[in-house]
Amino acid sequence: MALKVPSDLKYLKSDEWLRIEGETGTIGITDFAQDQLNDVVYVDLPEVGRALAAGESFGSIESVKAASDLTAPVAGEVIAVNSDLEKAPELVNGDPYGRGWMIKIRITDASAADSMMDAAAYEEYCKNR
Amino acid sequence: MSYIPHTDAERQQMLAAIGVPTIEDLFDAVPSAYRFPSLSLPEPVGELEVMAELQALAEANDHAGDFALFRGAGAYHHFIPSAVNHILLRGEFYTAYTPYQPEMSQGTLQAIFEFQSMIGALTGMEAANASHYDGATSLAEAVTVALDVGRRKRKKIILSPGIHPDYRAVARTYHQGQGIQFVGDQSPASVDDLAALLDEDTAMLAVAYPNFFGQIERFAGLAEKVHQVGALLVFVANPLALALFKSPGELGADIVVGEGQPLGIPLSFGGPYLGYFACREQYVRRIAGRIVGETVDQDGKRAYVMTLRPREQDIKRDKASSNICTNQGLMALAATVYLALMGKHGLRKAAELCYHKAHYAADQIYLLRGFSVDRSKPFFNEFVVRCPRPVAEINALLLERGIIGGYDLGKDYPHLSNHMLLCVTEMNTRYEIDSLVECLRDVK
Amino acid sequence: MTEPVIYQLGSPGREGVRLPKPDVPITPLPDELLRGELDLPEVSELQAVRHFVNLSQMNHAIDKGFYPLGSCTMKYNPKVNEDAARLPGFAHLHPLTDEDGVQGALALMYQLQEWLAEIAGFAASTLVPAAGAQGELSGILMIRAYHLSKGDTKRTKILVPNSAHGTNPATCTMAGYQVVELPSDANGNVDLAALRAACGDDVAGMMITVPSTLGLFDSQIIEIIHAVHACGGLMYMDGANMNSLLGIVKPGQLGFDVMHYNLHKTFSTPHGGGGPGCGAVACTQTLKPFLPGPIVEIVEEAPSVSANGAGAVNPLNDAPLYGLRMPPQSIGRLKAFWGNFGMHVRAYAYIRAYGTSLREVSRHAVLNANYVRVKLRDQYRLPYDRICAHEFVLEGRFEGVEGVHALDISKRLMDYGMHPPTNYFPLIVREALLIEPTETEDKATLDAFIEAMRKIADEARSDPALLRDAPHTMPIKRVDEVRAAKQLILCCRPVPDWAHQAAGD
Repeated sequence: MALKVPSDLKYLKSDEWLRIEGETGTIGITDFAQDQLNDVVYVDLPEVGRALAAGESFGSIESVKAASDLTAPVAGEVIAVNSDLEKAPELVNGDPYGRGWMIKIRITDASAADSMMDAAAYEEYCKNR
Repeated sequence: MSYIPHTDAERQQMLAAIGVPTIEDLFDAVPSAYRFPSLSLPEPVGELEVMAELQALAEANDHAGDFALFRGAGAYHHFIPSAVNHILLRGEFYTAYTPYQPEMSQGTLQAIFEFQSMIGALTGMEAANASHYDGATSLAEAVTVALDVGRRKRKKIILSPGIHPDYRAVARTYHQGQGIQFVGDQSPASVDDLAALLDEDTAMLAVAYPNFFGQIERFAGLAEKVHQVGALLVFVANPLALALFKSPGELGADIVVGEGQPLGIPLSFGGPYLGYFACREQYVRRIAGRIVGETVDQDGKRAYVMTLRPREQDIKRDKASSNICTNQGLMALAATVYLALMGKHGLRKAAELCYHKAHYAADQIYLLRGFSVDRSKPFFNEFVVRCPRPVAEINALLLERGIIGGYDLGKDYPHLSNHMLLCVTEMNTRYEIDSLVECLRDVK
Repeated sequence: MTEPVIYQLGSPGREGVRLPKPDVPITPLPDELLRGELDLPEVSELQAVRHFVNLSQMNHAIDKGFYPLGSCTMKYNPKVNEDAARLPGFAHLHPLTDEDGVQGALALMYQLQEWLAEIAGFAASTLVPAAGAQGELSGILMIRAYHLSKGDTKRTKILVPNSAHGTNPATCTMAGYQVVELPSDANGNVDLAALRAACGDDVAGMMITVPSTLGLFDSQIIEIIHAVHACGGLMYMDGANMNSLLGIVKPGQLGFDVMHYNLHKTFSTPHGGGGPGCGAVACTQTLKPFLPGPIVEIVEEAPSVSANGAGAVNPLNDAPLYGLRMPPQSIGRLKAFWGNFGMHVRAYAYIRAYGTSLREVSRHAVLNANYVRVKLRDQYRLPYDRICAHEFVLEGRFEGVEGVHALDISKRLMDYGMHPPTNYFPLIVREALLIEPTETEDKATLDAFIEAMRKIADEARSDPALLRDAPHTMPIKRVDEVRAAKQLILCCRPVPDWAHQAAGD
């Protein structure tokens, strides 16, 4: 089963994706990451209003066997968190780019996005892991 | 050697299978210059000689079997029903390891689940873990949780001077590499004094219940003040006292820790004991240590398993907040069996016996010339007595009459020289108490 | 078979113990401070005893069968040691009894300190740490204190091989250090080139397990120690695997600066279903002042024969006077009082019994491991097929068999009445199964294990579903861990209403 890598997103090596729509950035983890983690049982997300620097950890995600930090790809202020994940963390497994999104931020500095991978580069990166 | 079952013939067969002539050949990777050093140890002996030697060492000690014991200060001599020890001696419990394989360790897992439940009931918290090493390390782990909840930005920890001196020392040892500031316990401080130290940099405030002096302090309004600045309120509580007094949950605690030794664990010269750790459910994913949860097996049958494992060091490695990998499994089992046997009514009765006997003793000592008893606050089973002479001298006199007297508070609190902390439990008969009082009367 | 939770067994008003009536006047209780009803079980003594005996029978244990759990040293726990720890003079001894009245206990602790230092080739030891993880924290904090005492504040890193137990990196983080992970080479040794590249004046030290968690003795250990010492760092040895080194090599002589023992592994104090243990720490003369305390010291030499009867009270003939003292530059206390004394008694009894024959423990532990290894090498892949120490790792997967994992082999082993090896550790081996038979198992038991493992290898090819659905004979089948983590049920009683209110604000 091929893992999805949507072409309109940007990617981090730590497997977060970023969708930029104007000033707003939406962040989640990739299909590859959810597959590696297996059944996600818990997602710890920040409070709305928190200012994040690029590269800062904004939360964590846990499965039965693993835990990993969530990294902000660009700087911004958290304007929404996906509270559905509190009751239904499995959304991250079922729909990582849709209903499994994690936070939305108002981007204050998009410069770090330039060094992110595009879909083709990320796909290549995953192949070699 | 009796614990190594190999015969010469078996050794030869095994070496032949491996393809080496001697056992020594299995150690070629060890640098030859350092291989097979001499060991300066005594000659081997059998069970009989070992036991005789240990018996001699044991009998050289002044223990509670031979003396009337009025010392507590963090370790307490209580009644332990015989059944507790019989269950602990089941090889299926004490020669098992951490229940990594749930299908083969439901006994240990269910016992821990029951332990967590009983600790939850005592403390008034929604969650408890499978235990820490002792009360002191439980407090140190509470600090870790508070720092984590404060996103490692809050650096101030307020400790009441009424917390056991060793516990405060251990919290400092654990966090010495982390740039944390411990305040509040350098000199006498009331609950209000501690609250006055709260600010936006405070990660937690910890109080003792009862405090090191046996007293129950007033905590009305404290939880609101602590929560107002976004800090956590931690209670260090004697679990037997919780059978009598309001649970810390009722008083607004976020985390409750303490020493579980009073719950069916012998004095044993200071260990092994049992650090219990309970908290509100919202913090459960941030706490260290084993946690057992209820679930079902493939057939839908109720089952128990260690859960929330990704918090732990073997998965998180350098991202883990604590390096703990065991709990005090057998000690937690002791407390579970003890609490089951004592039950709802027995535990309360034991706590009330402690209370009544301690107050009887305090009343009698209060009448003695030269002694005064601190009755400024309600107390449980320990109380402070100001003595007319140094505590060491008084204790020497008591010892001659078969009594181990109170703890010398001057050791930890300079302003309390000549003050003795006396402890009375259900193990002390009226005769013992009266003897203590008589001996003190003779102190000139 | 399920056993009801203890709360389900009781009836209101039932009591399991009878306590004496108060023999003193009753003091009124302070009503405003009292709690409401306490939700504890209400069972009879027999109900409680049956309940816990039934629970015990759902466990596997050393007393019941083979337990080759790698890195845990599940050896036989001699019964006499249990009796010794329960002697009234030990069990009912208050930790704050005046020193004159605890000379027997202190003599025992002092002797054990001396033995532990001698066995590892060090100058001193402390019995305070409650477990291996606390021993590690002690050692790393001692290294930190040592550097700081010399005014050296630039060292911020600890080197840790990637085969290390998870406690090692977690310990470094707790002590405020940054972890530098070192790769292993093809032989399972530390990659020396990577080590040398990582060494510098920012390295506080290195933590390494000897023999390694792969069960291999690193033949370059001297070079490793020299490299770290050359950059000013200190060497910490994780002594989890000391069961293969007793009388074989002394870490102190190799050049290590500090190490911990696991008395519950090497010296057979029981594991107790996950504790208590003791992580005693031994170190060089240089590091001795930094040991966590208190430790037992001689405070007054033994009186001469003629002085008998005078001076200090001394219950032991011709013995010095012992005292508990804080080392001068101690990193501090790690727990209340003096350590897990009950474990000290058991370890003392164990070492005393073996005495100079302690070497036999390691000789036979290593013999047993190598015997099992050679008997399984044609059926299982051994990533490092060379002479091992007291344990070895194999891969729990088979050529041409899809979907059978180390976990399935482990679960199937239960049906043969044996505890599985350690699964998925060390992390650097795929589908790792870490097997440690220990010296107390006889050849017949090892042969039965070998036979079971070989049968399972056959079953994996002929009937893989048998493995995937295993175990078939345990009280429960495999459990739903996802459900346990998602729908947290951690207590079996209803939470009081006020708790929900308080948690919500």
